[in-house]
Amino acid sequence: MAQPLVKKDDDRDDEVEYSPFLGIEKGLVLQEARAFHDPQLDARRCSQVITKLLYLLNQGETFTKIEATEVFFAVTKLFQSKDTGLRRMVYLIIKELSPSSDEVIIVTSSLMKDMNSKTDMYRANAIRVLCRITDGTLLTQIERYLKQAVVDKNPVVASAALVSGIHLLQTNPEIVKRWSNEVQEAVQSRAALVQFHALALLHQIRQNDRLAVSKLVTSLTKGAVRSPLAQCLLIRYTSQVIRETSNSQSGERPFFDFLESCLRHKAEMVIFEAARAITELSGVTNRELTPAITVLQLFLSSSKPVLRFAAVRTLNKVAMTHPLAVTNCNIDMESLISDQNRSIATLAITTLLKTGNESSVDRLMKQITNFMSDIADEFKIVVVEAIRSLCLKFPLKYRSLMNFLSNILREEGGFEYKKAIVDSIVILVRDIPDAKESGLIHLCEFIEDCEFTYLSTQILHFLGNEGPKTSDPTKFIRYIYNRVILENATVRAAAVSTLAKFGALVESLKPRIFVLLRRCLFDIDDEVRDRATLYLNTLGGDDSVGEIDNDVKEFLFGSLDVPLSNLEMSLQNYVPSEEPFDISSVPKEVKSQPLTEKKAPGKVPTGLGAPISNPTSTVDGYEKLLSSIPEFSSFGTLFKSSAPVELTEAETEYAVNVVKHIFDEHVVFQYNCTNTIPEQLLENVTVFVDASDAEEFSEVVSKPLRSLPYDSPGQTFVAFEKPAGVPAVGKFSNLLKFIVKEVDPATGETEDEGVEDEYQLEDLEIVAADYMLKVGVSNFRNAWESMDPDSERVDEYGLGARESLAEAVSAVITLLGMQPCEGTDAVPNNSRSHTCLLSGVFIGNVKVLVRLSFGIDGPKQVAMKLVVRSDDPAISDAIHEIVANG
Amino acid sequence: MHYRNQASETGIFGVVECFSPQILAACPLVKNVLLLDSDGRRVAVKYYTDDWPTLAAKLAFEKSVFTKTQKTNARSEAEIIMFDNHIVVYKFIQDLHFYVTGGDDENELILATVLQGFFDAVGLLLRNNVDKRAALDNLDLILLCLDEIVDGGIVLETEASVIAGKVASNALDGSGSFSEQTISQALATAREHLARSLLK
Repeated sequence: MAQPLVKKDDDRDDEVEYSPFLGIEKGLVLQEARAFHDPQLDARRCSQVITKLLYLLNQGETFTKIEATEVFFAVTKLFQSKDTGLRRMVYLIIKELSPSSDEVIIVTSSLMKDMNSKTDMYRANAIRVLCRITDGTLLTQIERYLKQAVVDKNPVVASAALVSGIHLLQTNPEIVKRWSNEVQEAVQSRAALVQFHALALLHQIRQNDRLAVSKLVTSLTKGAVRSPLAQCLLIRYTSQVIRETSNSQSGERPFFDFLESCLRHKAEMVIFEAARAITELSGVTNRELTPAITVLQLFLSSSKPVLRFAAVRTLNKVAMTHPLAVTNCNIDMESLISDQNRSIATLAITTLLKTGNESSVDRLMKQITNFMSDIADEFKIVVVEAIRSLCLKFPLKYRSLMNFLSNILREEGGFEYKKAIVDSIVILVRDIPDAKESGLIHLCEFIEDCEFTYLSTQILHFLGNEGPKTSDPTKFIRYIYNRVILENATVRAAAVSTLAKFGALVESLKPRIFVLLRRCLFDIDDEVRDRATLYLNTLGGDDSVGEIDNDVKEFLFGSLDVPLSNLEMSLQNYVPSEEPFDISSVPKEVKSQPLTEKKAPGKVPTGLGAPISNPTSTVDGYEKLLSSIPEFSSFGTLFKSSAPVELTEAETEYAVNVVKHIFDEHVVFQYNCTNTIPEQLLENVTVFVDASDAEEFSEVVSKPLRSLPYDSPGQTFVAFEKPAGVPAVGKFSNLLKFIVKEVDPATGETEDEGVEDEYQLEDLEIVAADYMLKVGVSNFRNAWESMDPDSERVDEYGLGARESLAEAVSAVITLLGMQPCEGTDAVPNNSRSHTCLLSGVFIGNVKVLVRLSFGIDGPKQVAMKLVVRSDDPAISDAIHEIVANG
Repeated sequence: MHYRNQASETGIFGVVECFSPQILAACPLVKNVLLLDSDGRRVAVKYYTDDWPTLAAKLAFEKSVFTKTQKTNARSEAEIIMFDNHIVVYKFIQDLHFYVTGGDDENELILATVLQGFFDAVGLLLRNNVDKRAALDNLDLILLCLDEIVDGGIVLETEASVIAGKVASNALDGSGSFSEQTISQALATAREHLARSLLK
């Protein structure tokens, strides 16, 4: 990066770039900071030194604890100076140094003095600094001043106190909540920003009180809020109130008039906030949308890029649910395709792709082709995805869309981009039968010159599944065998597998495939040779040409029925021995992905190296734990372990949760107990389980926990016998029994005498879902069709009034405890019907597939059709029973 | 409570002041304000959330913002870009690049208002002689300016003349108070600035 700079400067001057901080060094600056101790303070010089310190911090330099403490103490001396400029710099550096609580005490009195100063600027800044660095105890001392400051006649002081209040509310809510009256007064302030800060704080104080928020909104929407920022807040609070109340009646939406009136506000940020709020109303009607769309349309032709972007982004979202409402903007939108700002252009294109009709597709494609060459890959991916969904919407147009995709596939591009294109073609080939042949040929041409091993192998795999079913499978062989000659080992191995699939399915090709496979026996790579040998043998060699039984097909095309991560784990644990590795011992449960991870990157302190518990190891852990207990060793293999269920409220004396382990004829409850009282030691801990509401279960073993010291969790187990293969359900009540011994926390000594005591825990249930493993299938349609249609059971159910379709869908999924497939658990907003696909394995290793069709009518009545297929018709009936009883 | 502990652990000198975003969801929130030079190096930056917990993460973000925007023309009107779930509005003058970042569901126009306030206030404080050299020479003013615009992610003030007035009150007079005179001076400069931009 330095080189072009030098060149650029060549024609002007070739001296080094000027900076007042050139050659600055931390050590030297720290030395200079000694000037702060000077009895005759030179304010100007001190200011400069602070600026240098701030510069260092800003550039990412860090100070050691000692250095920071020294600087901090030196800085506190500067309160002696009366220089205003210097004082501002002092405030700034104290905030940056964020001193520890014992250091804070040193500046507290100086800052409190400033808080009561006659100079407004001192007051405002001292409040902000003090609130930033203070802790709860100090806060009570200064609370009185802060309360006064909230209603100070100087807006800067009031804002400082209010904003500090917003921050403090998170650490010391009980204190800030006492300011309610003052804050309410500040909401009426004439100063725009004070009103904004006061409103934000007032809402946060009351946010858990729905009625209060609703009252606040009602009173403010009538009056005039002066500040545009405060008006934006009010719009947000209003939509929140609308969200919470709108499910009552179908008539006029409350507060809609207010939102609509904000569309005529003079500040653009308010107009936009209101328009956006209207488009996001749940169940928004076209009539309600129209005024919002109209103002957004005006923004589209604004000279300001930010405005155009905001408008097109919002319209893009609207187009997903109400494409017709956006069509009016299509002309403005088309002119944005050539927008300088590529983000705007991309959003415009994808909106058009969503709203366009069948006749406009060709014209659009032409425009996009010109546009594609000069945007970044990440935008191209967005466009490719939009085109994919367009193609699924207008299957008749597949020819021009497929052409477009194949053209861009040939052009330059990074991996992610190419992958998006390949994925799109694969989906089109799968879903649009007419597109199959041309799509496969495009993919074949692509792998002729593909630099990405991953994509080549994916395509070869796909080709093996789809190619043999085309009218002329012969034409693909050349492409595939070329891979064997030209590519790296990974791709060669994939190509060998693909050849074998052609051989298995296409009888006429078989002899020729054999010739090709035999050539692969001399490959230099082990894997390629092994695969060739394996396939030659499974396909039957020369002798039995003609008949290929189902086993071979199952072997070649069947999917692995265990999750790969589980298999990897089991293989790692496998110790080479006489006993061969048994694939049926691999647990089949799919571990749920931590969904929250991506959504809230800010909440997890990732940089601190906090130990992150690894959820993937739990199932294995349970298996090991249980098999180590002799009493349970005769129970057979563990079918499923539930997630821990809490049996105590948070922050009680003893924290207990339970894990349900399901075996074929047994159920084991594992109670994880934690003692949170330092003064106690618990001994002989057991859980007394009353199973009178669970008739089919009878207790066989109870394994007590010998001792439970403070803060070190332990387990006690209770095992039940139940009829084999039956999904018995029942309710269990639990009582924790133990002997308490007093502990002296100072010495750690335990008294000899203990007292018997008990502690009531919450009830626990075994439900049908406990007998179901979440096991996904990669291709639901194939899996469904491969199941015996005779096992199918169909019935319809009325689910009664539900909050929403999404809520009904998730309730049924939870009831069945099955794995949603192909993302069908997500219900689009405002949809009236939905189909959900589930798969799972029921106890006894019975594969189950479920197809749910939901419909909702006006008064939120939900009806559901349930179709089940499974390996065992009796289980299909059992699934219906679960739903009927649920 | 929990948050407090964390903050005191992370950066004794953290440039970060974190405020848990979920609680402030309803309030417009600025994630960072950046002032970079024409090579993407820091002149002054301020982060308000822990989306970028380490120095490396911050520098990586700055680098990617800079490379994604450097070729665009953001000199007459503020420009905007969205990536990695952030919205960044930006404006360039001479060899200085101004950026304001918010979450992807933030009102773009609010962020643009903050940017404009920062941009114009710096213009007022540097007396329209805005370039990297002047910014570094007056780094104290720039830092104070940042301090007056956003406090812990919450917008403090967006009016350029008011921001500049607050900063200038101590830069201009050594002993005085928050005097009427300096504000009117600042306002005069602002007016002059406005007139000039209209004449352009």
